[in-house]
Amino acid sequence: MSVAVDQFDTEHLAIDLRTKRSWRSIKSHVMVSLMFLAFIVILIPLIAVIGTVVSKGAGIVFRDFPAWFTKGIPGRTRVVGPGMGPAIIGTLVITGAASLLAIPLGILGAVYLHEYGRQSKPAKVVRFLANVMTGVPSIVMGLFVYVVFTLRFGLSGVGGSLALACLMLPVVIRSTEEMLRLVPDDLREASYALGTRKGRTVLTIVLPSALPGVVSGCLLAVARAAGETAPLLFTIGLITKKANLNIFSGANTTLSAQIFRNAGEVLPGPQERGWGAAFTLVAIAFLFTIIARLVTSAYQKRR
Amino acid sequence: MSSANSTDIATLERGLHASGGSADRAFRSTAYLAGGLVLLVLGLVTYTMVNRSTDAWSHMGLDFFTSRTWNPPEQFYGILSYVFGTVYTACIALAISVPLSLGIALFITQVAPRWLQRTMTYVIDLLAVVPSVVFGLWGVLVLSVHIKGFYKWMSSTFDGVPVLGSVFGPNPQGRSFFTAGIILAVMITPIIVSLSREVIQTTPQNEKEAALALGATRWEMIRGAVLPHSKGGLVGAVMLGLGRAMGETIAVALVIGSATGRIGLNVFAGGNSMPAVITAEWGEADALKKSALIAMAVTLFVMTILVNVIATTVVNRSMKKTRGV
Repeated sequence: MSVAVDQFDTEHLAIDLRTKRSWRSIKSHVMVSLMFLAFIVILIPLIAVIGTVVSKGAGIVFRDFPAWFTKGIPGRTRVVGPGMGPAIIGTLVITGAASLLAIPLGILGAVYLHEYGRQSKPAKVVRFLANVMTGVPSIVMGLFVYVVFTLRFGLSGVGGSLALACLMLPVVIRSTEEMLRLVPDDLREASYALGTRKGRTVLTIVLPSALPGVVSGCLLAVARAAGETAPLLFTIGLITKKANLNIFSGANTTLSAQIFRNAGEVLPGPQERGWGAAFTLVAIAFLFTIIARLVTSAYQKRR
Repeated sequence: MSSANSTDIATLERGLHASGGSADRAFRSTAYLAGGLVLLVLGLVTYTMVNRSTDAWSHMGLDFFTSRTWNPPEQFYGILSYVFGTVYTACIALAISVPLSLGIALFITQVAPRWLQRTMTYVIDLLAVVPSVVFGLWGVLVLSVHIKGFYKWMSSTFDGVPVLGSVFGPNPQGRSFFTAGIILAVMITPIIVSLSREVIQTTPQNEKEAALALGATRWEMIRGAVLPHSKGGLVGAVMLGLGRAMGETIAVALVIGSATGRIGLNVFAGGNSMPAVITAEWGEADALKKSALIAMAVTLFVMTILVNVIATTVVNRSMKKTRGV
């Protein structure tokens, strides 16, 4: 309620409090300025990173327009010019498959936590572990999927999707539970009063009314997963540059893997393609984030 | 309030749905299974990883942790210098990020008008959307090249000064602990900011108003009412940032300099961290080395889980205290 204090009508007071500029108020102003300075400081790397990615990447992506998206990745590093088609397809397909796995399971997990488990012991344990699981390093998840999956079935897109799904699962659970918590109990009670069973209440009343929030949380999880690199190195391989639409067998490639490969190169061709891939990946991630924001704000307006 | 409601509805449901229909039961079991999936995955991760790394543990014994010699041709694997690199870069990241994050979180919650709050939150969240490999690309091709001059200046300025002279030591490298620390700091700032904001917002309005009514300035209100109230939660938020920084792989792998066996205070020296080593050396590893790398991943897993468990507990406890549940 600091606003109210600011807006207090000091004009008509007998004594003008504002003229008493003590060292205390100076100190307060200094501290507040430092806080704002912190924001400016963190803007510098943000602007620098996005600025570089756009200035170096947009050129190669749009130079000869459709080629970047349709052509294959040049096999030889000396070649200058576009082609990131396979990696774009790989990113979309592998992230898509991961979402198909993680989003339904994550939403169901959240339904368990908030609609069935509530404050019971097992639910508390699952909630705690889901929190802890968000902190498991992505590289550990990658090695885990390597051990249980890739060792048996070889490098494949599905391996990458499994690793990404493991990373997305706790994020989806947490954000969805947060949204289910916002659904008022009145709605559930009204539904029960009409004789609806619990499962049906959850499916037809609770989830639909939480839907915009759930969708936006899931989109953010997808945006994050699309940028993951470390878990893919062990599961989809880092060598291939060929398109592989069959995610069930054979090595695959993604934008993030291509960026990682090209970041270590010294020749201009690969570096250019690295920046181009970075631009494409950032654009995809931002697109998902913006859609998530739009969904949320459209929903808030409707309310 | 919400807790009272949910007890009510839980009781209501128990009375109403003691015996559900078969479709209802099927849905309930699916939901239970999905909840159990978290347990299953975490359990499997622990079991399979420990299982796969036994070769390395039995081959190296305690030397695995206490030696800084990492010599694959001789089949000698000591990870001490990599553990050091992981912790050191994470600490540098915290040293940079914590003051910034707390400042931003306090500004957003206590000072900024509503429209600015929303804009600032969007901007900070953008940082979290940029993929780590993009930060890595920028770090290795832009930052590490241009920042070397600054490192040289720091190094010569502090030359001969007792402690600072060895922290900002000689022979600065573009790809070093400090560059990795900077990149990590940028990456964990949005995490710490968003958690801190949540914690700070639990400060009761009347305590802040009381402070202002007593004539406190805005900063005194923050120090007297907001900070004491959210201290526990802020510590938890910072620790979650620490956990993230320790587990971050790709960006660090690109900018840390990949030097083996380096343990020292010099932040401008190149080194290596556990996740970065796993990434870099996995490709050409034989069976025993793969086992050693997985053992390193287990070490990293245990360290980050410990940090996370403590952090989550701290945050939960402070939230519980403030919400009074």
